[in-house]
Amino acid sequence: MNNRSIFQEIKRRPLGLFSLITLGILYFFAIFASFFAPYPVSKQQLNKSYHPPTIVKWGEDGLYIHETRADPDNPGRYQIITDEKIPIRFFSKGYPYKLLGIIPMDRHLIQITQNDDDARIYLLGSDELGRDVFSRLLGGAQISLSIGFIGITITMILGFLVGGLSGYFGGTLDFLSMRLVELLMAIPGLYLLLALRSSLAPYFKSDQMYLVIVIILSCIGWATTARIIRGMSLSLGRRPFVLAAKTMGQSTSNILIKHILPNLASFLLVAATLSIPGYILGEAALSFLGLGIQEPSASWGLMLKQSQQMKVFMLNYWWMFTPGFAIFITVIAFNVLGDTLRDIIDPKNQSSA
Amino acid sequence: MIRFILKRIAALIPLLLGISFLVFILMHLTPGDVLSEARAAQDIPKEYIIQMEKQYGLDKPWYVQYLLWLKSIGTLNFGTSWTYKIPVTDLLAQRIPATLTLAIAALVFAWVIAVPLGVFAAIYKDSVFDRISSILAYAALSIPEFFLALLAIFFAAQTGWFPIGGRTALTHSLMSSWSQFWDIAYHSVLPTLVLGLGGIAGMTRIMRANFLDHIRSEYVTTARAKGVPEGWIMFKHVLRNAINPLITSLGFALSGLLSGALLVENVMNYPGLGQLVYEALMKQDQYVVMAAVLMGCVLLMLGNLFADILLAWSDPRIRSTTIES
Repeated sequence: MNNRSIFQEIKRRPLGLFSLITLGILYFFAIFASFFAPYPVSKQQLNKSYHPPTIVKWGEDGLYIHETRADPDNPGRYQIITDEKIPIRFFSKGYPYKLLGIIPMDRHLIQITQNDDDARIYLLGSDELGRDVFSRLLGGAQISLSIGFIGITITMILGFLVGGLSGYFGGTLDFLSMRLVELLMAIPGLYLLLALRSSLAPYFKSDQMYLVIVIILSCIGWATTARIIRGMSLSLGRRPFVLAAKTMGQSTSNILIKHILPNLASFLLVAATLSIPGYILGEAALSFLGLGIQEPSASWGLMLKQSQQMKVFMLNYWWMFTPGFAIFITVIAFNVLGDTLRDIIDPKNQSSA
Repeated sequence: MIRFILKRIAALIPLLLGISFLVFILMHLTPGDVLSEARAAQDIPKEYIIQMEKQYGLDKPWYVQYLLWLKSIGTLNFGTSWTYKIPVTDLLAQRIPATLTLAIAALVFAWVIAVPLGVFAAIYKDSVFDRISSILAYAALSIPEFFLALLAIFFAAQTGWFPIGGRTALTHSLMSSWSQFWDIAYHSVLPTLVLGLGGIAGMTRIMRANFLDHIRSEYVTTARAKGVPEGWIMFKHVLRNAINPLITSLGFALSGLLSGALLVENVMNYPGLGQLVYEALMKQDQYVVMAAVLMGCVLLMLGNLFADILLAWSDPRIRSTTIES
């Protein structure tokens, strides 16, 4: 089945199409995060800690907000100063950044005119250090959303190589690699994740943690894929067209890439879509435990780690939980899309939705 | 049956050896060891450190260290934790029951909800009930455990209906044994719910899919033709057949529960194996890490073994084929 017809099939399934669009929007925001974010990820404003989301109002001159000040009688709360209006400007100049990491720019979707340097627009409130949760959410999306794709690519390549080769050749290689797979699958995932992270991390700098996480997650993830691919390539290896190719003297790498890989392509697509949530959740869990992405960078898991404070629970700082909802939406979209793809590719194995 | 069980246990031994080797290598690659802190301290004499190195076997090459460690595990001596200053065995004896009760409670909770939910979703396929339950299953499957745990604490803090963490109240040691039991149960409600919810989703989906497979089988048509009551067919015939894959997935579910428990325990400050591993990793307490990871694997293996036995018990066909082969 070619790609075009897969897309047309998705269009006929509202749930699948909806999740594809949701993912498209999420990735669009992540790619152009700096443009949408009003502030840099690590910009602090210590007198505005745990500021609630700013109320945006509509007036004669367009959208505006009010300046706020910490309430002296009521710690942790803010007073709105109603006599001054700060207009919101679109496509106006803000902090400089590099779009897509290359193009230098300083325009942002929303900015406020800075009469008073302390005024801030917090669309989703601020955290303990007064950093804009909305900006951090966008910055975190870059890390949380890309890790799934990079991780899954490495996993699929590894899984295809190990599984494909051991299924195709059999013998000692097959025996050894399958025992290794069983070994990896016999350890509870997160335990292995933590053990790997503690032994690998000291060899990297703390700003290379992104790399470490990708390596660790792919190290664990390839086992299941390799096992399934091995079974498939075992049966494919005995099919007439592969035997014919072998008889005609084609090289092994040629057979694997030209004959076996295309037959596994649709399986790999479904497996990849359904495994990406595992990577996103893995990164989030590691960062949440403080073992993943390090401050001052932002990732969704790391942001949730900061919400783990009594103050947040007691004083109802609900906006601190938004990264959790972001993870939730992303994961559910990938799951629904994966199931839809599976239904399209393998109609026998209909799933529930 | 006993031969079947013994065969399964024998198959686990090489796997266990492999895991112990992997865990040891990982810990060995980590810079620093049990004595790093002692070496950094100025006031500890060198002779003492050398003596301690000898005692821990750190002066020997790594494979000798591994064999020494393996030998001591054989006698159930996991070494001493240098942060807690007690034998690791004692530490495990405190923590494993806590994690095990949590995981089993979550599993039971998930089964009690998932089996009927899956059955009814299959019987009333494409009904409103089926649609709602499948949407809820997606939601439950996609929500990270630690986020759910955070929300649970948030809920507990806002309503005050549940304790916001821990396994026992401060006054626990002063209570009668009956109220001690209730105290633990009360503290376990939220962690169990949080941990079980993710399991429910997966199990409901497995249950529903299998039930649907079996509803279409010929023996159902036969039973219907004979005039067997519908409820009897569903719960006596179909359920018995359809529940097998769920039992097989028990081991897999346990793996997820142990990983989930690690997060939930850390968020909810529940003193179990997961919290122990995390804290020990943070403090580089190697003997504790190795022992706890190994114990996690043993729990998982025992879970798989239990699932195998349960399956053999529930399905006579499996029993006979595995024993013959």
